[in-house]
Amino acid sequence: MGHLNKLRARFTRHYKDKFNRGRIVVGLGTCGFAAGGDQVLEAIRQETGIRNLDVDIDFTSCIGMCYKEPMVEISLPGMARVIYGDMTPDKVPALLESHIINKHLLKEWAVMQITEEGATLYENIVKMEDNPFFSKQLRTVTSRLGRTNPESISDYVATGGYLALDTALSMQRQDIIEEIKKSGLRGRGGGGFPTGMKWDFVSQAEGAKKYVVCNADEGDPGAFMDRSVLEGDPHAVLEGMAICGYAVGADEGYIYVRAEYPLAIKRLQTAIVRAEEYGLLGKNILGRGFNFKLMIKAGAGAFVCGEETALLTSIEGNRGMPRVRPPFPANRGLWGKPTNLNNVETYANVPFVINRGSDWYASMGTKKSKGSKVFCLTGKINNTGLIEVPMGISLREIIFSIGGGVQNGKKLKAVQIGGPSGGCICEEDLDLPVDYDSLSAAGAMMGSGGLVVLDETTCMVDIARFFLSFTQTESCGKCTPCREGTKRMLEILTRICSGAGKMEDLADLERLGRVMKNTALCGLGQTCANPILSTMRYFKEEYLAHIQDLFCPAGACRALLIYQIDTANCKGCGKCAKICPAGAIRGEKNTPHVIDLEKCIKCGACLTECSFEAIKNDAALSWNKRPNTRRSA
Amino acid sequence: MKSCHCGQNSPAQYQELLKVIDRYRHMKGSLIPLLQEAQEIFGYLPGDVMKKISTELKVPFSKTYGAATFYAQFHLQPRGRHVIRVCQGTACHVRGGAKILDAASEQLGIAENGTTEDLRYTLETVACLGACGQGPVLMVNNDTHGRLAAKDVPKILDKYK
Amino acid sequence: MAEITLSINNVNITVPQGTTVLEAAGQAGVFIPTFCHDPELTNFGACRMCVVEIEGLRSLSASCVTNATEGMVVHTDSPAVQEARKTILELLLANHPLDCLTCGRSGDCRLQDYAYLYGVKTGSFEGERHSYPLEDDNPFIVRDLNKCILCGKCVRACAEIQGNSILDFAYRGFDVKVAPAMDVSLKASDCVFCGNCVAMCPVGALQEKGLRSAAPTWEVRKVKTTCPYCGTGCSFELNVKGNKVVGVTSCDGDVNGRTLCVKGRFGYGFIHHPDRLTTPLIKKNGVFKEASWEEAIKLVAQKLGRIKAKHSSDALAVLSSARCTNEENYLLQKFTRAVLGTNNIDHCARL
Ligand SMILES: Cc1cc2nc3c(=O)[nH]c(=O)nc-3n(C[C@H](O)[C@H](O)[C@H](O)COP(=O)(O)O)c2cc1C
Ligand code: FES
Repeated sequence: MGHLNKLRARFTRHYKDKFNRGRIVVGLGTCGFAAGGDQVLEAIRQETGIRNLDVDIDFTSCIGMCYKEPMVEISLPGMARVIYGDMTPDKVPALLESHIINKHLLKEWAVMQITEEGATLYENIVKMEDNPFFSKQLRTVTSRLGRTNPESISDYVATGGYLALDTALSMQRQDIIEEIKKSGLRGRGGGGFPTGMKWDFVSQAEGAKKYVVCNADEGDPGAFMDRSVLEGDPHAVLEGMAICGYAVGADEGYIYVRAEYPLAIKRLQTAIVRAEEYGLLGKNILGRGFNFKLMIKAGAGAFVCGEETALLTSIEGNRGMPRVRPPFPANRGLWGKPTNLNNVETYANVPFVINRGSDWYASMGTKKSKGSKVFCLTGKINNTGLIEVPMGISLREIIFSIGGGVQNGKKLKAVQIGGPSGGCICEEDLDLPVDYDSLSAAGAMMGSGGLVVLDETTCMVDIARFFLSFTQTESCGKCTPCREGTKRMLEILTRICSGAGKMEDLADLERLGRVMKNTALCGLGQTCANPILSTMRYFKEEYLAHIQDLFCPAGACRALLIYQIDTANCKGCGKCAKICPAGAIRGEKNTPHVIDLEKCIKCGACLTECSFEAIKNDAALSWNKRPNTRRSA
Repeated sequence: MKSCHCGQNSPAQYQELLKVIDRYRHMKGSLIPLLQEAQEIFGYLPGDVMKKISTELKVPFSKTYGAATFYAQFHLQPRGRHVIRVCQGTACHVRGGAKILDAASEQLGIAENGTTEDLRYTLETVACLGACGQGPVLMVNNDTHGRLAAKDVPKILDKYK
Repeated sequence: MAEITLSINNVNITVPQGTTVLEAAGQAGVFIPTFCHDPELTNFGACRMCVVEIEGLRSLSASCVTNATEGMVVHTDSPAVQEARKTILELLLANHPLDCLTCGRSGDCRLQDYAYLYGVKTGSFEGERHSYPLEDDNPFIVRDLNKCILCGKCVRACAEIQGNSILDFAYRGFDVKVAPAMDVSLKASDCVFCGNCVAMCPVGALQEKGLRSAAPTWEVRKVKTTCPYCGTGCSFELNVKGNKVVGVTSCDGDVNGRTLCVKGRFGYGFIHHPDRLTTPLIKKNGVFKEASWEEAIKLVAQKLGRIKAKHSSDALAVLSSARCTNEENYLLQKFTRAVLGTNNIDHCARL
């Protein structure tokens, strides 16, 4: 254990020393950048320069509170670390003046404080563990996110990194596999296949050459768990893969990362180079005779490449078209060799299982779903962000306790979970425990972990159409049902959303959904009808309203909206008539105008143009006042 | 972006290509990374470049073409200096991603996947940029802009000359 | 080899391990429709026409790529299977020109056969259809991608049989099409027009230009024969209408399977060509004149005899043609050695 111990001693000193000086840390994940974190960092650099402040400036990854980005952490020696949210470059001078120069917490912008051992707490500011966003979370694979510098191997090792690899290398291969099996860890890529069992298959498979592959193709629109883990704790993924490589007898691995994640790729590259430098990857790891080489493959933009056989085909340099299974990758994977393929989060869990034991891991979660799961909370929710919760927590707790409820006080309508393969869970089912089996039973799916909150202004038919348009463009085109079926389902849904739906369309959708589930070649086609089937199951009346009443209850389907002028508010300024591209608005100067519904193309130009809120298109209005368009049955 | 957009690819670019090909020649599964590098060099994938890659890697040209047309990342036509990608992922969709796309499209006078005549901008959509928490989001080249309203779009685009 | 027993439609059948469900069904005399499967090509498993229900599995399985296992219980015609096949056919027809009345493959088209079999009249789904231009710019093959069902047999035939890989899939999803590099026509590509892709096409997307414009499939008689072009001895079928050869199609030859080359498949035009020699010609006063066989043979015998007498046998040499049959070549060789008395005999094809 000599090699790692020496490293640990050195890096831990290093890490502790950091907190003996004033420190400003900016959260720079992709989301931090998107919110302008880099500009805040620049402003901090300038300001500390101008004022000659003797502080260190560092960066970290995303702690998960996307709704508070950009975030800045300030720590002074001996004091708790304070996180500030919603920072902008022009807030920087005041912030530094208060917190660093006057040693005064700037309460107004502070979000929470993080306590380190022996640090003095500030008064009047909530501790991270008491912040409602975090109090119900159980942070394992996200424990380093927002806390350490993801490009620093020193931070990783100082916080327990590569200890698990060290332990694993002194274990029997089969014992590692048994440990993973006992932990109950299931794949986090969506299917929930028991990880230990998969490793066992690969380990048993015949062949001298084997591969370990990490699926970091996270293509589900509305999910960024894997990106956050890769950007925030890349070494954990490398360590998990190396442990797997040792356990199954592989000496080479690939990480297949979406090309849309340049920052994740960069941080992974840095991590691999550093790990090799310190003998933690590459040849003769930790002096124990185990070789493991990792390579990164950047995807080229195809959702279907998240499917395991398509991913392997793509690494081999082909069109990412799925292959027929069996043979499964465990027996015949990359270049025909036995291959273990797991998701980012799955691998990131591995070091924790090894370090803290399978019993500890199995103590979290439900009977069949162990441990914790990372989710992305998005959509119409107050606290958008990245969370990690114990399996079995209810959706209600996630949305209302952690997520702070629905935006703008609107009513929650449904939660979309599992992305294009998943489904919608409606308000009544929110107490459902979040685990693989309960979600499947409810017609949704754990998927990778995207949780999109939908409120009353979201049209469920439109949501189904949205997902179908995604799967339709992403269908690889290899098998007939998926290639032709997604197209027809999308056409039907588009028709319904535009008011041209027929009652037979519903039966057709159901039949197509059933046939695709039964016959499609890969998971993409087999599951792509889920968003339709689950919305039809819970929100049938919305479909009926679109078809029979030509009415979109949520007021979201443009073609079904009815634009009218509220005569009480209209001043007759004529701006709307001028902008109307269809010439549908008429009226005398200074008298209320009217919209000719026959001519109106529902572009909404008048609505944005009007300064008097006289143009209405909300659903309620169209419902009450709309002309008699109900079709005779 | 390094590419030259006058319709002619420069000899320097071809030299660069040959160097890259040599780097990848003996690597397994090198077709896609090589196409990615070639696109970095030329800004898009000209036919003769794909043909050269096929010959050098001893991969059928039809297969190279098949791969290049399969992946959304590859472009067979020259593109603008600045590539705008408007996110149409779920999270951005429910927060008005379509309006951002409309605004960009109106401002530039081009539709999705279009390129302005002066080759200044190319407008694309993307299924998810992974910055859902900041939705709606758009990306210009490698810069991500989040929490947008339609009215923010012109200001952002104008910054890219 | 180990054997396993499975049940197909309630009948037990024993097959060697490694047999697919499709093959096992074939041995049991149970018909399963297929588009993308061909025993001579690698498995693709994409058309999903061959799905069957296997007890204990959540979804249907493509029988062409599913290995039979001991005790497996298979149903090839359950309601779920019927619904699936019917729907797949409807989906294909929804994007297929319904011009069977004039299509050259009518009567010899799997899509048509299966549509009949499953009672599918038209595509039940309205919507976008492909409208690719007809590719008709070469003398041999007409390519109508609107009729293509993307089974990929042509792609595999080109790569695996011909070894040329001219064709591959391009684009993605609904827009997938089979195309040469850069999506050019076959003529503009490096295609050698062996037509082995045409022989594999289960529908009318790839058609032999001459044959399919000469006669509907039900008006031709097929006569199996050996290709006259070279010594390989490929078998094929002459397609004969009335007394006229109108085209060549593959049959399952012992030597060549269904593979042919451009000459064998498309070079039949000489048969009824007006320039073709049908009687011997003898040059008199510098002009060829028609002659009878007796006259001609007599003349040749005279002249050969004269040369032999004057200059000895080795002044003669004989070159025979690859277009003759083995028997004819044998005879000529015998004639040369025994009658002419020389070993100066050769042949234009050295395979
Ligand atoms: C269409 C489709 C897309 C998928 N996308 C992903 C993905 O982005 N990331 C992922 O880890 N798994 C994805 N999967 C699941 C993988 O096929 C595979 O089951 C998983 O990566 C295995 O890893 P695990 O056992 O660790 O979950 C996808 C599956 C399908 C059918
Ligand atoms: S014949 Fe089995 S999938 Fe096509």
